[in-house]
Amino acid sequence: MEFVSPEGLRLDGRRPMEMRQLRAELGAVSRADGSAIFEMGNTKVIAAVYGPREVQHRGQQLNDKALIRCEYTMANFSTGDRMRRPKGDRRSTEISLVIRQTMEACIMTHLMPHSQIDIFVQVLQADGGTRSACINAATLALADAGIPMCDLVTSCSAGYLNTTPLLDLNYVEDSAGGPDVTVGILPKLDKVTLLQMDAKLPMDIFENVMQLATEGCKAVANYIREVLMENTKQLENRRGV
Amino acid sequence: MEQRLANSLIMTVNEKKFIESALLSDIRVDGRRPFDYRNLTIRFGSEDGSSEVQLGQTQVIGFVTGQLTQPYRDRPNEGAFSIYTEFSPMADLSFEPGRPGESAIELGRIVDRGLRESRAVDMESLCVIAGKLVWSIRIDLHIIDNGGNLVDAANIAALAALSTYRRPECTLGGEDGQEVIVHPPDVREPLPLILHHFPVAVTFGFIGKENTVVIDPTHYEESVMGGSMTATLNTNGDVCAIQKAGGDGVLQSVIMQCLRIASVKAGDITSKIKNAVESYNTQRSLKKIKRHNPDQHHSSDVAKNHMERLTVGSDQSVTGSQFNEPDTTNKRNSTLKSFSGGPASWDPYSKGVDGDELRTSLASRVAPVDKQKEESSQVNPETKSSPKSSDTNSLASINKVGSEIKQSKTLKDAVKPKHKRRNKSNAK
Repeated sequence: MEFVSPEGLRLDGRRPMEMRQLRAELGAVSRADGSAIFEMGNTKVIAAVYGPREVQHRGQQLNDKALIRCEYTMANFSTGDRMRRPKGDRRSTEISLVIRQTMEACIMTHLMPHSQIDIFVQVLQADGGTRSACINAATLALADAGIPMCDLVTSCSAGYLNTTPLLDLNYVEDSAGGPDVTVGILPKLDKVTLLQMDAKLPMDIFENVMQLATEGCKAVANYIREVLMENTKQLENRRGV
Repeated sequence: MEQRLANSLIMTVNEKKFIESALLSDIRVDGRRPFDYRNLTIRFGSEDGSSEVQLGQTQVIGFVTGQLTQPYRDRPNEGAFSIYTEFSPMADLSFEPGRPGESAIELGRIVDRGLRESRAVDMESLCVIAGKLVWSIRIDLHIIDNGGNLVDAANIAALAALSTYRRPECTLGGEDGQEVIVHPPDVREPLPLILHHFPVAVTFGFIGKENTVVIDPTHYEESVMGGSMTATLNTNGDVCAIQKAGGDGVLQSVIMQCLRIASVKAGDITSKIKNAVESYNTQRSLKKIKRHNPDQHHSSDVAKNHMERLTVGSDQSVTGSQFNEPDTTNKRNSTLKSFSGGPASWDPYSKGVDGDELRTSLASRVAPVDKQKEESSQVNPETKSSPKSSDTNSLASINKVGSEIKQSKTLKDAVKPKHKRRNKSNAK
């Protein structure tokens, strides 16, 4: 199957180095301390953050840092065929672990000992790149909650089909069986926190694809900063500054 | 407790500082250099498809089994495989019995990604009837001792077990060719799995603010490290999978350097696995030779040679072949003696067919047979035909001997099974 036409267009009309359209909204869940909806093309994800608050299970309390908990779920209606997903299935558990450890790298947990921060992420529409969208949404939600972070974490995926590196794969391109590289970076520090890859790739091509994904992450970071600036201006207006 | 890394220990601040400051001078706590692996030993169990890997203090057992199932709907002509991990509570204080925790699931998924997506195991050869029956391979990984770096050890155990696993051969039969006959291993030799390449996992730990990189962290280093990265590579220069699940950030250049080091280490580990598998295979084929049953043909050869030796003195026409036969008799005698298989290995009540016993029993029956032989030898100067006629006689004699031996045993046997049946009926 041809994923890149001879003119250089992908299945949805994008160029190989082009990202999908991004859209973000803060404060979607009014009850939560911080929340955000993040869309990357057709992938739509909602994140809610509760914290810092009292630790619910005293035995799990950490004396020098905040305890971070994360839960990733996919709504039953998120994929094409409505599937009843078991809550603790392996993929969800692994992605929850990955998101938690990624956010732990950027949250300044030593400022909030004996407390707990909960991050809940749910996928409303899944069209490839759900992991990346979840991390971006979690970053926005944490910023909305006012939790101190040393840097934003942004994430993007890239692949390699028809001998072309492609940025931001959608579901069709992802399920084609080609390699899928998901990268999460700290943009200001220019460091890689999350890196996941599956399927085979020769090492030099891998370097190109990782570089492309990192560029995509930086583009997402610029967009997130704009959104946060806009939000802060609105808050200033409401306060009458 | 599930929230923390399953491998975390409670360590004092002093211990952590010690490990970090030692690493600044490129020294690790167990005396290794930053990019040295621990000692790797790969052993195999008695069955095909079982392996035991020891990497330093970490011990993992891998076991591969297969069964026939229906294929997935979207992949009708491919087999299936699944990986199950069990973190046994005896391996570490923080492992709990029951459902696998987060790190158990992560380990399973890393090994799975390395094997499945990179197409290391050939799935299409596992198909029996497209759309209806395929082989489903199940890999079980049991962690016995947690000395750190479970991912690498578990991956090696899975690869070693997959290399030595043999699946039964099955053919299509029946009227319409749709019936599947699975041949047991002693009828037809079981087939090995086809592995295209060996994806080897190499784990790096990032310790401290300066992000010192160590390879193959021990469990002390794991509780100190800020982040870890597992790279699965093969010897063809392909990266099969990478897992860096959060943790401290590292520069891209560091990641590429780690990948280059990993490809060198992957080559070492692959050659070790291949050597271990080869020695296991040669041992296995040696066992196969000895395990052959002494069928009638074999024992008749034995009898033939004994008869020829006995008749050498009486029949002069045999002298011509005398020079040829003793060599083979010697060879056959020596193989007889070194042959440790035979009924003794599978029948606990038989002593086996002993060469010496045979000879003495045959010698007692030589007298009547000899006369017949001399007559026939005069008619036929060929010596080979005479052994044949004596063959049938010796066959009969051996059968008598064998049956006598068996009869002497079955008298006792006749008593025991009755008891067994009674016990069974009582139990019922």
